[in-house]
Amino acid sequence: MSRDKVCKVKTEPEETSSFGHVSRRAFLSRLGATGAAAAVSPLLGLAQTQVEQDQAETPVKVVGAIPVMLRVNGQEHQMQIDSRATLLDCLRETLHLTGTKKGCDHGQCGACTVHINGRRINSCLTFAAMHQGDEITTIEGIGQLGNLHPVQAAFVEHDGYQCGYCTSGQIMSAVALLNEPCGPADADVQELMSGNICRCGAYRNIIAAIQEVRQEAKQGVTNASI
Amino acid sequence: MHPFELIRAIDVTEAIQGAAESSTAQQGVQVRFVGGGTTLIDLMKLNVEKPQKVIDINGLPLDKVEVLPDGGLKIGAVVRNSDLAHHAAVVRDYPVLSQALLSGASAQLRNMATTGGNLLQRTRCVYFRDTTMPCNKREPGTGCSAIGGFNRTLAILGTSEHCIASNPSDMSVALTALEATIHIQGTKGERTVSIDQFFLLPGDTPHRETVVEAGELITFVTLPPPSVGNKSIYLKLRDRASYEFALASAAVVASVQQGRITRIRIALGGVGTKPWRSLEAETALDGKTANEEHFRAAAEAALRDARPQSQNRFKVELAKRCLVRALKLATRTA
Repeated sequence: MSRDKVCKVKTEPEETSSFGHVSRRAFLSRLGATGAAAAVSPLLGLAQTQVEQDQAETPVKVVGAIPVMLRVNGQEHQMQIDSRATLLDCLRETLHLTGTKKGCDHGQCGACTVHINGRRINSCLTFAAMHQGDEITTIEGIGQLGNLHPVQAAFVEHDGYQCGYCTSGQIMSAVALLNEPCGPADADVQELMSGNICRCGAYRNIIAAIQEVRQEAKQGVTNASI
Repeated sequence: MHPFELIRAIDVTEAIQGAAESSTAQQGVQVRFVGGGTTLIDLMKLNVEKPQKVIDINGLPLDKVEVLPDGGLKIGAVVRNSDLAHHAAVVRDYPVLSQALLSGASAQLRNMATTGGNLLQRTRCVYFRDTTMPCNKREPGTGCSAIGGFNRTLAILGTSEHCIASNPSDMSVALTALEATIHIQGTKGERTVSIDQFFLLPGDTPHRETVVEAGELITFVTLPPPSVGNKSIYLKLRDRASYEFALASAAVVASVQQGRITRIRIALGGVGTKPWRSLEAETALDGKTANEEHFRAAAEAALRDARPQSQNRFKVELAKRCLVRALKLATRTA
């Protein structure tokens, strides 16, 4: 399945939460838009509204954008993207796969961890256009509600988070770790998870969750890899 | 980030021709190769690097590790740090390299970072990374903010009055102790440089860090065959147990026969403006009995010319103890 995408301005339908109310994301976006409109409307008035409508209907082609096909979670996306767009920004802002988080944006925190051809990387330190044809997997491709990946289920079971911001990166790292050379001890897991920072300090529970999945995989209880 | 043209190179010649348009391969370069991107893209976001053209070299056929007929090793420039660290020949014959690679960065970054890119890794000096501050390495002639500034993590060996930035690489320290050769290809053909000659001291041109010229691409790194019966180790000391740059590190490759050191190669990390080969320490140990007294004498010799700054005097003793401990581990017979 292929979808032709170009960078769009405000064309997405308003997001709603599962309770039917406006989601936090949509609410915050609207707040930002209102603020901007308030600042310019006295001067531009109707003209501004007209521009916004035009933008909503016409995809904006970015000058100097390069064509690229990204394969994310098994789905192909044909896009025109700015050479400067990191894979992280492309996933979040263009494909709206917002499960991957932006933390430090400099490869220091691990919140943006995704898999490229089955290996974990920091998506903030790579240009999206460098991944033509690669198999990209994000947290959205790991498991779904009602069908959690064993690592996700273990994070829930062991309370491997508090605020949850680092969690998708932690889970992407943990899933990749299952297929990496790693010793049996907690210290071995800690070393290989050191690229994922948890500001809340849920490290002990995260290690416990990962160790449980590794144990189960060893005993053949779960098929803990992707 | 400044706009740039991104080009995917499919052969080495094409990549080199693209890069030859640049006036330099050092700071201020107009064309950069990108491998893992872990240094380059980080610095582009900070506007420390502002290339007009970026050539993606990940499609080049430089991604293999081969055991050479003489028993040495040939490592392609885009081989990932994690692949190199876990390669059977590296684990078996060059454990110092495997250990150094696995002590660096995080699992994610090691999956991205390449052999060639790691050689060209830039300093973590905070002033180099901050475009609002003077830095001779980033903007020649503006001065060094680190001298008298925040310099706790910076170099004590090979410094100049213009720059005290430390080289952050672990891999390059191991490669220095292993006497690696860097293979460089340019518009005029291929040349090889020993790793010790590859890196330049800052002197009065700290913006020039390596001998790489415009249009030149690192294609391979080769290692000589491992000497019979040698033991090697990389010991890294840092502020955290993991995912942190070295305050001091030591790479030791040693051959010991009947308690006597018959061959030794020593390089230090975290303390030098480049990966620091210590011929002084090697000379002090050559032919000597492997014992603590001689190790300490070698460490004293290695750090004799150390010039500590206002905040990093501790590194002199730390580096000595690091080397002594590494020597003990590398010469242990049991």
